[in-house]
Amino acid sequence: MASITMKNIVKQYGDGFPAVNDVSIDIADGEFMILVGPSGCGKSTLLRMIVGLEDISSGDMLIGDQRVNDLAPRDRNLAMVFQNYALYPHLTVYENIAFPLRLAGAPDSEIDQKVRAASATLELDEHLDRKPGNLSGGQRQRVAMGRAIVRDADAFLFDEPLSNLDAKLRGQMRTEISRLQKRLGITTVYVTHDQTEAMTLGDRVAVLKRGLLQQLATPRELYENPGNLFVAGFIGSPPMNFLPATVEGTTAKLPFGNVELPPDRAERAAGHGLLLAGIRPEYFDDASTREGAGGSTFHATVEVVEWLGHETYAYIPYDAPPEVAEQLRQLERDLDGEAMHTQLVAALSGNSRIKAGDQAEIWVDASKIHLFDPETGRNLTVDAEHAGTIPDLATTA
Amino acid sequence: MRQKMGVGHWIGFVVILVWCLLPVAWIVSLSFKSLDETTVGSPQFLPKDPTWDNYQVLLNWNDPAGHDFMRALINSFGIALIATFLSVVFATLAAYAIARLEFRGKRLVLSMALAIAMFPVVSLVGPLFDMWRTFHLFNTWPGLIIPYMTFTLPLAIWTLSAFFREIPWEMEQAAQVDGATSWQAFRKVIVPLAAPGVFTAAILTFFFAWNEFVLAISLTSTTGSRTVPAQMSFFVGPDPFNPPYAQLATASVIVTIPVIIIVLLFQRRIVAGLTSGAVKG
Repeated sequence: MASITMKNIVKQYGDGFPAVNDVSIDIADGEFMILVGPSGCGKSTLLRMIVGLEDISSGDMLIGDQRVNDLAPRDRNLAMVFQNYALYPHLTVYENIAFPLRLAGAPDSEIDQKVRAASATLELDEHLDRKPGNLSGGQRQRVAMGRAIVRDADAFLFDEPLSNLDAKLRGQMRTEISRLQKRLGITTVYVTHDQTEAMTLGDRVAVLKRGLLQQLATPRELYENPGNLFVAGFIGSPPMNFLPATVEGTTAKLPFGNVELPPDRAERAAGHGLLLAGIRPEYFDDASTREGAGGSTFHATVEVVEWLGHETYAYIPYDAPPEVAEQLRQLERDLDGEAMHTQLVAALSGNSRIKAGDQAEIWVDASKIHLFDPETGRNLTVDAEHAGTIPDLATTA
Repeated sequence: MRQKMGVGHWIGFVVILVWCLLPVAWIVSLSFKSLDETTVGSPQFLPKDPTWDNYQVLLNWNDPAGHDFMRALINSFGIALIATFLSVVFATLAAYAIARLEFRGKRLVLSMALAIAMFPVVSLVGPLFDMWRTFHLFNTWPGLIIPYMTFTLPLAIWTLSAFFREIPWEMEQAAQVDGATSWQAFRKVIVPLAAPGVFTAAILTFFFAWNEFVLAISLTSTTGSRTVPAQMSFFVGPDPFNPPYAQLATASVIVTIPVIIIVLLFQRRIVAGLTSGAVKG
C-alpha cells in the first residue's frame, strides 16, 4: 500500500490539446479518492497516467516515494478494473483471477490459496470453472475485481466500473466496492461521471473540468461549499438553482422578491453588481409547512409539480437577464446538459399540497445562499476553511 | 423457429453431395483396382477384385516407385510444414504490428501484400528458375519454401490483422497492468484470442504449399526435393499409352488423407468465436 502524489501533471496530445492541465492531487495511504467530471474532462486520462497506460507530458507522478513517470505499467504494482472489465475470454474465472500471480511466477499452492480467498470474498466459488462469456454482467464485474484484489497491489484503480450495469446492480456493487475498500484499507482511485457514486464512495472527491482541477474536497465540503459555479452545478441532484441577484446592504434582490442575507455573506458580495445566487432545491419549502421557521418567503406561480412521496419538486419558470443567460447556457454545456429555459426547482416537503398552476408561497433558507461572480464563476461566499483545495482560488488570491 | 427440412432440401442436398463426392469415390474405387482391371477397358464403378496391391507398392521403400513416392511424401510434409510454420509466425508478428501500431508506410505494406497475392505464379517461374540456379537454391527445400511463403504471407497477414483488430485494446492493457511484458501480453492474451485466425492462416498456407504444382515441378529436378503433386506427373509406367491409373489414384488418395484429417481437426477451432464474453455484452 502506498500514497499517490501527482504534482503539476500535464497531458498534451500531439495536436497540442491539453487533456489534463497542471493537476496536483495528493492521495493519502488508504484513502478512497474519486475523480469526477463530465465526459472529456480528463479524468480517465489522469487515471491512465497513474497506471502507466498514458505517457505523462510533464509533472511528477509519485507512488509512495518513488517517481514512476518512466516506469512501465507492470513495474508500478497497481491493480486496475476496466470499464468493460477486460476479462480474458479464453481463460476460466479461476485462471483470470490467477493471471497476475502466474505472471509473477508464484508457486501453484500459493496461487490456489490466494485465488480461493479472493473468490470467497467475492462469492465467485461456484463460477471458478466457467468462462467469462457465460457470466452475467455483475459476475464479470466481480471477476474483474477478483483479479485486482488477488495480488498485493499498492493501489486499486477503477475506471467507471459500474457504468455497464443496470441501476439496481449498480447500487449493490457500489456498496460492495465500498465495503471491500474499507476492509482491505487499500489506496483507491475511482473514476466516474456519476455524482451519486462520487458522493457516496469517496473520502475525497476531485472535480475536473476540461483538464483542470476545479476543487478537491470531501463530499460534504463540495456540497456545502462549492468553489465555483461549475462545481456547484455539478454536485447535487436536482442541481443547484442559479438566479440573477443584486445585493444592496444585506438584501438580495431575486427575480421573485427580496431575501435577507446573513451579514457576513452580504459583505463579501458587496460591490460586485449583478451576481448569480446559488440556492439548492432543498433550501426552499412550502411556506405553509414551515410556519415560524424564520427566513424569507415569496410568491410565485408553480408550473409543474412532481410528487415523489418523501418530497415534491416544484418547477417555477423565470426570465434571466441577458447578462447571465449566456453564462447559464455555457454552464449547462459544461455539465453535459441541455440548455433549457430558465426555471427554478424547489424541493418541497412531501406533505405540501401545492398543485400545478397554483400561486404558492415559497419559503427560502437565506443563510445557505451562495453568491457567484458571473464573470469568473467564483463563489464569493465560499467558506475557504471548509472547502478543501480550490486551485483557482489559490492562484487568483 | 425451426423449419422442417422439406423434400426439396433433401434433393438439393443429395445432388450437391453426389456432385462433390463422386470423383472422390471414383478415385478411391480406382485405387483398389489391379493394373489388369484398369487396362482392359471395361469400366465399372466398383473393383471386381479389390486389392491392396497399389498401396503396398507405393508405401514400400524397396519398390522403386514406392521409394520415389515416399521421398516425395516426406518432401511434401517437410516443405509444407516449414513454410506454414514460418509463414504463420511472420504473419502473426506483421499483422499485430499493422493492427496495433501507427507507422509510416503501413498502407504501402498492406497494398504491396495484396499486389503480391494477386500476382500470377506462372509468370515468376522463369526468373525464379534462373535466380535459384545462381543462388544454389534450385532443387532444395528452401528453394520451394521461400516462394511458398511469398505467396501465402499476404493472405495470412490480411486474415490475421483483421482478427487482431477485433481484439479490444483493453485486453492487452489489462495484461500489462497485471504485470505482463508486451511480449507476454502478446503471447498469453492476444495470440490465444486470435487462435481462430492463426489456424485459418495456417490451414490456408498449408493447403497452398501442399497442393502447389507449377513451382514444384519447375524448381526441382530429383526426388531430393520434389513434392507429391510434382512426383505424380512422373508416374508414367512402362507403357506411355497406358498410364498406371490405379497407382495415380492411390497416390491421390494418400495425399488427400492429411488434408481431410487437418480439416476435421481444426474446423471447430476455426469456427469457435473465442472473443465472446471478453467485454460487456
